[in-house]
Amino acid sequence: MSASKPRTLFDKIWDAHVVERLPDGTCILYIDRHLLHEVTSPQAFEGLRAAGRKLRRPDLHIAVADHNIPTVGSRVPEDIKEEDSRIQVQTLEKNVVEFGVPYIPILDKRQGIVHIIGPELGLSLPGTTLVCGDSHTSTHGALGSLAFGIGTSEVEHVMATQTLLQAPQKNMRIDVTGTLGLGCTAKDVVLAIIGKITTAGGNGHVIEYTGDTITNLDMAGRMTVSNMTIEAGARAGLIAPDQRTFDYVKGRDFAPKGEAWDKALAYWKTLPTDPGAHYDTNVFMTSAEIAPMVTWGTTPGQVIPVTGVVPDPMLIEDEGKRSQHLRMLEYMGLTPGQHMTDVKVDVIFIGSCTNGRIEDIRAAAHVAKGRKVADGVQALVVPGSGLVKAQAEADGLDRILLEAGFEWRDPCCSMCLGMNPDKITAGQRCASTSNRNFEGRQGIGGRTHLVSPAMAAAAAVTGRFADVRQFG
Amino acid sequence: MEPFTKLTGIAAPLPMQNIDTDKIIPARFLKTIKRSGLGVHLFDPLRFNKDGSEKPEFVLNQEPYRKAEIIVAFENFGCGSSREHAPWALLDFGIRCIIAPDFADIFFNNSFKNGILPVRLPREVCDQLVEDAKMGGNARITVDLERQVVVRPNGEEIHFEIDAFRKHLLLNGLDDIGQTLQHGTAIDTYEAQQKQDRSWMPTTTAA
Repeated sequence: MSASKPRTLFDKIWDAHVVERLPDGTCILYIDRHLLHEVTSPQAFEGLRAAGRKLRRPDLHIAVADHNIPTVGSRVPEDIKEEDSRIQVQTLEKNVVEFGVPYIPILDKRQGIVHIIGPELGLSLPGTTLVCGDSHTSTHGALGSLAFGIGTSEVEHVMATQTLLQAPQKNMRIDVTGTLGLGCTAKDVVLAIIGKITTAGGNGHVIEYTGDTITNLDMAGRMTVSNMTIEAGARAGLIAPDQRTFDYVKGRDFAPKGEAWDKALAYWKTLPTDPGAHYDTNVFMTSAEIAPMVTWGTTPGQVIPVTGVVPDPMLIEDEGKRSQHLRMLEYMGLTPGQHMTDVKVDVIFIGSCTNGRIEDIRAAAHVAKGRKVADGVQALVVPGSGLVKAQAEADGLDRILLEAGFEWRDPCCSMCLGMNPDKITAGQRCASTSNRNFEGRQGIGGRTHLVSPAMAAAAAVTGRFADVRQFG
Repeated sequence: MEPFTKLTGIAAPLPMQNIDTDKIIPARFLKTIKRSGLGVHLFDPLRFNKDGSEKPEFVLNQEPYRKAEIIVAFENFGCGSSREHAPWALLDFGIRCIIAPDFADIFFNNSFKNGILPVRLPREVCDQLVEDAKMGGNARITVDLERQVVVRPNGEEIHFEIDAFRKHLLLNGLDDIGQTLQHGTAIDTYEAQQKQDRSWMPTTTAA
C-alpha cells in the first residue's frame, strides 16, 4: 500500500484489518468485535459443536438477548410464555456458558437491543471492525467502526477464526449539506436519502456520510442514519470520528482508559478520509430536499414529505413497476392523491435500534407533553436498553408519556419485527420509528409507515399523520 | 455443504423487484434453533392465506413449479434482514439457484454458504428467462457453474460472472471455515502484530 495514495475512511479500516489477500482478491479480514443475540446464533453454536470447534477469541465476543424478550411482565427467561421464544433465549444462555462467551443477562440493567448497547457501553469503537448476525449492525458505523451484518454461517466463521472472508467493497459518499429545517431529524435525513438512491442504491458499496448536515447531528442522530444504511442496500455506513465521537466514547464501560485512551485517540484522529481520496460513487444532497418524512409503500424508499400525497401509479410507464405499485397501495389501504395528513393511524411504536435512544424518547415526550393520545390509538414507547429506560425515568420522561396515554415498556426489539408478543394485527396502521415497512413486518397484514419519533408522537396525539412543525 | 456443479431443472418465474427477507421467511418463523424444516414456511405471505390454505395464484403452488429448483426474479432479491433462514428455507424447499439482475449483499453471501448459487444477469436476460420459465415443465433451464453459463430451453447459452474463490468453494462443496483455518499461521501473525500496533484495543471482558 503506497503511503502517498489518498485513502478513504473505509480504505484505512479495511487495510488495517486484512490478514491475507487471496489470489482472486478476496480478503481474510480480522474482526475486532462480535456481538451476538439469540435469533441468529443457535445454529452457529451447533455448527461449532458438531465440528468440535471452539471460539478462537471469546474475549472479543459479547452476547445479549433482545429480539424475543417481553416488554411487559416478568423478564425471567423461564417465564417467557411463547415456547419457541423461551427456548431460543434459554439456548443462548446455555451456549454462552458452554463456549465461554461474555454475556449481559436479561435482568442486568445494561441489557437492551444489541445496536443500542454496543455504542452505549463503549463496545463499538472507531477504527475497529465489528460484526453481528443482524443487518442493522450498520448502526455502529456512526462511530467510525466498519460494522456490518452477517449471516449465521459467517457468525460461526467469526467464532472459529476471528475473521471473515470478504470481497472488497466500493466506496460511496453521500454528502448532505445545509441546516435542517424545523421538525426535521436524522430519521428524515436517512429516509430522504433512501428515497433518493433507492433501496438497492448502495448494493456492493460501503457508504460514508459526509457534509455539515451529518456532522451537526448528535451521536444518536448519526446512529439513526448509519442504522438505516442497510435499507439503502449498503452493508456498512460510516461517519468519520470527530471530537463529538471521542467525547461520546470517553469513559464508557468498555472503552479504553488511561494510557490506552491516549493511544487510541491518536490513532482515531488519523482515520478520516484523506483529501483527494477516490469514491466510486458520489451522491450530493442538500437539506432543502429534507422535510418531516413518512413512507407510504412497503419498502423504505417509498417516502414523501408528510405534507405530500400518495403517488399515482398510473404515472409509471413500466408495466411491472406499475402493477407492483398498485399491489402495494392495495396492501397499504391507500388511494392515489390521498393526503398523508388524512390517513388515520391505529398504533404508534416508538423504539427499535433505529430510534430507541434517550434523545428519541425525549423528542417524543416533547411533542406528547400536555397532550393526549387520540381515542382508539394504542401508543407504545419501548426504550432501547435498560440504561435508556433508567435515564428516561430519571428525567421524568416516562411520567410525561404515561400522562399523555402512552404505554411505557421494558427494553426489547419489540414491535419492530414482532418476535415477542408486540404485534399489530391485519389491517392495522402503525406509525413506527423502526426501520422496515415490509409487508407483514410488524404482524401479518399490518401496515407500517416509517417516521421519526417526533412525527410518531404527533400522529399519536392527532390520530392521523400530522406535520410535526405545527407542534410547538 | 452439497457441491454445486451443474443443475438442470424447472425454473419458477417470480417477476418481482425487492423480494425482501420478510417475504422469503417472516420473523415469526425465525424462532428455531435448527437450520432444517423451514421450507414449509418459504414465501409464507405470498404462498398461504391467513387460514393456512394455499394461494392458488402463487407460482410455487402450481405444477410443475412445486418441484422448482431455480427461481428467476427481478432486482434486489433478498433485501432486508441478514437472516440466513432465508437461504435455509429456499434450500429446504429445493431451490439451488436464483437468477436475478442483482441481489442484496448479505443474502448473496449467505446463499453461497449454503450451496445455493445466486446468478446475476441483466434485466433483459431475466425478462427472457421469466418467459422461458412460464413454459413450465417443457422448458428446463440448465445452470452450469464450471462453464459459467445458463442454458435456455432453446439451447442459447448465456455467460455469467462469479468470483473465482466462491466458485471454487461451491464446486467442491467446501466448508469455508476449514479453508480459513488453513491460514491459521497468518491469523496468529496478524494478532501478534496487532497487539503491538493497537495495544489500546480493549476486550469484551474488560469492564
